[in-house]
Amino acid sequence: MFRFLLRRLLVAIPTLLLVITASFFMMRAAPGGPFDSQRKLPPEVERNVKAKYGLDKPLFVQYLNYLGGVVHGDLGPSLKYKDKSVTDIIKEDFPTSLRLGLSSLMIGVAFGVALGALAAMRQNTALDYSLTTAAIFGICIPTFVTAPLLILLFGTTLGWLPTGGLSDARSYILPVLTLALPQIAVVSRLTRAGMIEVLHSNYIRTARAKGLSEARIVMRHALRAAILPLVGYLGPATAGIITGSLVVERIFGVPGLGKFFVSSALQRDYTVVLGVVILYAVLVILLNLAAEVVQALLDPRMRLS
Amino acid sequence: MTGATLAPGSRKASALMEAARGRSLWDDAGRRLIRNRFAIASVFVLGFLVIAAIIGPYLAPYSYDYLDKTHVWVPPLTAGHLLGTDSLGRDLLARLLSGLGVSLEIGVVATVVSLVIGITWGAAAGYFGGWLDELMMRFVDILYSLPFIFFVILLMVTFGRNFILMFVAIGFVQWLTMARIVRGQTMSLKQREFIEAARAVGLSGGAIIGRHIVPNLLGPVVVYVTLTIPDVILTESVLSFLGMGVQEPLTSLGTLISNGATEMELAPWLLIIPSILMVVTLMAFNFIGDGLRDAIDPKER
Repeated sequence: MFRFLLRRLLVAIPTLLLVITASFFMMRAAPGGPFDSQRKLPPEVERNVKAKYGLDKPLFVQYLNYLGGVVHGDLGPSLKYKDKSVTDIIKEDFPTSLRLGLSSLMIGVAFGVALGALAAMRQNTALDYSLTTAAIFGICIPTFVTAPLLILLFGTTLGWLPTGGLSDARSYILPVLTLALPQIAVVSRLTRAGMIEVLHSNYIRTARAKGLSEARIVMRHALRAAILPLVGYLGPATAGIITGSLVVERIFGVPGLGKFFVSSALQRDYTVVLGVVILYAVLVILLNLAAEVVQALLDPRMRLS
Repeated sequence: MTGATLAPGSRKASALMEAARGRSLWDDAGRRLIRNRFAIASVFVLGFLVIAAIIGPYLAPYSYDYLDKTHVWVPPLTAGHLLGTDSLGRDLLARLLSGLGVSLEIGVVATVVSLVIGITWGAAAGYFGGWLDELMMRFVDILYSLPFIFFVILLMVTFGRNFILMFVAIGFVQWLTMARIVRGQTMSLKQREFIEAARAVGLSGGAIIGRHIVPNLLGPVVVYVTLTIPDVILTESVLSFLGMGVQEPLTSLGTLISNGATEMELAPWLLIIPSILMVVTLMAFNFIGDGLRDAIDPKER
């Protein structure tokens, strides 16, 4: 186990290097720069500004300097927000995105597993059909259709919930719901499929023959095997939520990192873009690693050799 | 539960008798699919939509980029515009037909690409195992760890909005999940007796993968494909929402919906009609996929 973890963490280093290199040169290949504005800066001012941020050096030297900074945990200053470093920006805005993402992921898994297991246990009944149809519906409606509709219904028409910003706990409900709905749908589908297969297997028949209660069979024996494919879904789920947060943060006016990323990319705020990409890459790497470890713990057949 | 197991039991018995008369696995699957009303209805709906997307633009009274400047924002069923017009006076029906075509094209092409690469990669890694598996899956992990949506956004920022680039980017990330699912399935399949038997009679690795592993993978693969096509179409629409999707005046369902959402209060039909069409399209894919899975793998019925 220890050797496995060590080797994985060693692989993470070239991965991150690849991420940084690709995004660095891609960002630089984009036309325009951070100091373009309607009013053209006088050439000498522009030269000074560029020199201040080290942008006057050859591109490869800038790349090495940036890498050097990253190794020391320094993501550099923002080029657009004068007094802030990229680390400051991440510290300010990431917790919001994290809270949103984690809450919707937890709600998605909790409701998804429960509904999926329920559908599998009542297979081919009216309940099963309505749950599967609802799940398909949940997958098919884009986030940016649900978000305006939820705003229209609960905010504008009924006036029950706030529709923008994140002032109190209640203002989290609509954005979290928007992000969680497709997750509930996907998780319940995966759970149902896994559960149905498991319920037909021999050891469940044995458990039934022993006279175990249905609840015990499901909780102790079936569910554990059925949610195995779900663990592998953790990585894509996170990616899905990150993608969704780009949309949701924009619609609900949430001051999160996703909203920041898009505007920074358009404004050519090189360091902020790179910082956000690195942060999310680290996040995804760690989550995938965690998924593998959990999978191995649950299923000895997938032992970590 | 007992009632549910009895009914397919008798059906299975008749299926067995048919098999005795020399019916293949796929004949059986076809028969079971035809019995699934949702799936068959969806096949017709989807068939209709595909035909509409292909020949519709030639039959529609307006072109998708024609600006009817005298009829801006007219609601459906007025001034010769069956579904109304948008803020530039473009006919919604014509734009729907062309947008549907673009979305279907993106969904299918990206999925097929991901399918072929993913199955080959995953089955090989899972079957051969050892250092080859290690190497191949490490590669998948590395690509997987790239925050994909950010790269697509960076690509769009760098090279401008580009149709082909979007295909490449979306297809590029989808095959990774496919490869992982297939590898996991292969790893547990290869420990089964029939694979051992195949090895015992001296079949080569490639033949075992092609003849015995891949056909047994189809169930999970089909389920994944049903999740992939909507996923691709949705990804494209997220990009459109962020202003990085298909470029005007060309359109896709996602672009139409995101344009409609901004004018929701003034012209609700511009949001509602494309949304309905998108949901219908995606649900049809899903029902067909579900029907296929039930047909191929009767165990899950």
